[in-house]
Amino acid sequence: MRDKLNRLFAPLLLPALSVFTAMVLGGVLIALAGGNPLEAYAGMLEGAFGSPRAVSETLVWATPYILAGLSVSLAFRGGLFNIGAEGQLAFGALSAAWAGHWLPRLVGGGLPAALHVPLTLLLGALAGGLWAAVPGWIKARAGGHEVISTIMLNYVALNVVSFLLNGPMKDPTAANVLSRTPLIDESARVPALVDGFRLHWGFPLALLAAALVGWVLQRTAFGFEIRTAGQSPDAARYAGVRVGRTVIVTMALSGGLAGVAGAIEVSALHHRHELGFSQGYGFDAIAIALLGKAHPGGTVLAALLFSAMRSGATRMQYLTQVPIDVISVIQALILLFVAADTLVRRIYRVRARGERLVLTRGWGG
Amino acid sequence: MKAVLEARGITKRFSGVLANDRVDLDLGEGEIHALLGENGAGKSTLMNILYGLVRPDEGELRRSGRPVSLRSPSDAIALGIGMVHQHFMLIPVFTVAENIVLGAEPVRRGLLDRGSASAEVRGLSARYGLDVDPDARVEDLPVGVQQRVEILKALYRKAEILILDEPTAVLTPQEVDELFRVLRGLTSRGVSVLFITHKLREVLAVADRVTVMRAGKVVGAAIPAETDERGLAAMMVGREVVLQVSKAPARPKAVVLEVERLGVAGRRGSGGDAVRDVSFSVRAGEILGIAGVQGNGQTELVEAVTGLSPARDGRVLLRGRDVTGALPRALIERGVSHVPEDRQRHGLVLSYSVADNLVLCTYHRAPFAVRGVLRDDAREENARRLIKAYDIRAPGPGTPVSALSGGNQQKVILAREMSRPVELLVASQPTRGVDVGSIEHIHREIVAARDAGAAVLLVSAELDEILALSDRIAVMYRGGLVAMRDAGAVSRTELGMLMAGVLPGEAAPAPGAGEEAAPASAAGGAEA
Repeated sequence: MRDKLNRLFAPLLLPALSVFTAMVLGGVLIALAGGNPLEAYAGMLEGAFGSPRAVSETLVWATPYILAGLSVSLAFRGGLFNIGAEGQLAFGALSAAWAGHWLPRLVGGGLPAALHVPLTLLLGALAGGLWAAVPGWIKARAGGHEVISTIMLNYVALNVVSFLLNGPMKDPTAANVLSRTPLIDESARVPALVDGFRLHWGFPLALLAAALVGWVLQRTAFGFEIRTAGQSPDAARYAGVRVGRTVIVTMALSGGLAGVAGAIEVSALHHRHELGFSQGYGFDAIAIALLGKAHPGGTVLAALLFSAMRSGATRMQYLTQVPIDVISVIQALILLFVAADTLVRRIYRVRARGERLVLTRGWGG
Repeated sequence: MKAVLEARGITKRFSGVLANDRVDLDLGEGEIHALLGENGAGKSTLMNILYGLVRPDEGELRRSGRPVSLRSPSDAIALGIGMVHQHFMLIPVFTVAENIVLGAEPVRRGLLDRGSASAEVRGLSARYGLDVDPDARVEDLPVGVQQRVEILKALYRKAEILILDEPTAVLTPQEVDELFRVLRGLTSRGVSVLFITHKLREVLAVADRVTVMRAGKVVGAAIPAETDERGLAAMMVGREVVLQVSKAPARPKAVVLEVERLGVAGRRGSGGDAVRDVSFSVRAGEILGIAGVQGNGQTELVEAVTGLSPARDGRVLLRGRDVTGALPRALIERGVSHVPEDRQRHGLVLSYSVADNLVLCTYHRAPFAVRGVLRDDAREENARRLIKAYDIRAPGPGTPVSALSGGNQQKVILAREMSRPVELLVASQPTRGVDVGSIEHIHREIVAARDAGAAVLLVSAELDEILALSDRIAVMYRGGLVAMRDAGAVSRTELGMLMAGVLPGEAAPAPGAGEEAAPASAAGGAEA
């Protein structure tokens, strides 16, 4: 029993200590800026969980964080550093916006919601997946490192999206001056979870996705291949895994998750693709995946933490005049401590143990 | 005899494990002293302490009777202690002289004085009888000569004590003899040599005295002339060891593996092919041993046969079926088992449990996976069974394989590869870095595979292993098969000559030369 508890909680120790240390340092920073750290954190907590509406908003934030975090986590487990979640997410959102508005017009007539919603999300996944398969293919066939290619492809994606939102896909309504698509049809919208709140069915869907990713990784032969290729590509090849193909498929699945994140934002929340709606979900996702140790459950927890901070920050600023930017500093510190966990181990004298996470490998590795 | 270097009561712990437990050792002036022990016995730790790389928790070091404390290798060098590492610390594109003076260069007006560097090295090599060309580039030199450069490097720094870490691992038998001659020459000039090894034969051949370590302790000392291999082995392992593999004569049946005129490209930038025009066949029920010094194409040959890298020319046939370029999975399905040369890189996923590693090649099929879903119970059951059957010393199926000793890691691989029907077993350096106890076990398993009707392709740089196990022996040299012999009809000396590229009826190649020897001329006769 004790052993079991140990196994369950031991992996949480270092991330928790990292968060704690970052919060302490963040507190020092708040104090230096003339604020009261305890009051500030209390304000943040209230902003995140102080009312049903606050909880709803936190979980609305959490939804894209969980999905994009899973995207990066899944890639990590396959030994791949997907920095391109932001671009994949943008294409997912674009594809969902197209499916929500143009698809019914293309097929000539409305679609029933039971078909239209899944189709919208699926096309979002497909767009993100195909886009992410490109760096996967580059890596598998030409040895180009995915860190570089995913970063570069982000620029391509974001600029293509910007072009389309200002041109062919721009809302043609005369009054519209913004870079955004027309509203998607009612039938393409993911419904709210509770009436009167913004919280929508995308949140349970994200949790389901986490469970699914965990199941695939740990319980299926295919997941075994992804993990083996991630831990040791040489051993995977020896064992008969087609490593190149696994890399491509892993990237595609990773991009698919990011694509769904974007599609849900469009379908459940904004009901259109509006330039800049993402607020960097795809980049925060990297920190979330790192904090979650690339474990689906850990990723959900990390996403909830990040979303609570983000959604509580406004209230904190309102109550204590501590600027929202403190949150970015704390998140950056968390990432720093998670990445340099030797530092945290030193401070708290924790010994190294467990499965190592391959963050990134050199060229041709 | 006066002791030039003494260790008294040296104790060193690494995270709770006693690597050295009150170790005493003394090195006499002008002697060759062998430090014998298995992998993990604590030899390397002691050596690193003597060279200042590791600081002992307890104990004392004395240099010619005077207590000293070594904080770093530069302290050791200042006290006249030099070390030749197993993996050479040379810069391949520098010349011999540049490598030797590096870090203590003769300088004239702020510039490297090549002339005097070269002259000094020439003088040094003449004085100690170590023949090398100071102006040759290190990458052009054979391994044996590179080792001489390492020794000169230590002597240039005024070493009176030389510590050699497993110096014979990469040498041909002839180069080993040459090294021993050099070492004797050094001792006659007053240099003392501490020689670390796990090879009994070498201890008997060269050492004046031997100290045996086991499990971090010194378990005995001996004069080689007063003991024999059996006695030393028993001391080293702690029990009687069967040095001979008992096996019945082979009863070869149908041909399983045929390799026809195989060619494999070398690594990028190496120029030339790694494997050239190699042909041979292996029958069911026999062991074909491939002897050769490391780096003569054996690795690439095995990779091409097991589907890990593509062949450039030629064909590989398995039971008459062309499998050239087949992927590892397809070969595994056809009954190819492979004990890879680099077990930590190819053979195991170190972060995985023993149980996961035991299904590394079969995780996707019944009973370990049903319709793509893994079956934990089947995997656990398999692990428990194999851990028992192969005497794998692991606390349980869930233990990470990285926590196991080299010998037990190798047993995990062997257990996995033998636990499915084997048509062809390819075993590459199967006992490298493995303790004597496990070597016995692994050798028995390989013979058992043969007797059960598998064709066995054994690749090893250990001549003793090749001789003990093989029914037929082929020799690889510079990518070609230079000879094929029946195991009973070939002597150790002849094999040694062949490994060095000396074909029957030819003169020995000049040492130190980077010349291109005629490869593969005997490969046609391989089917005899």
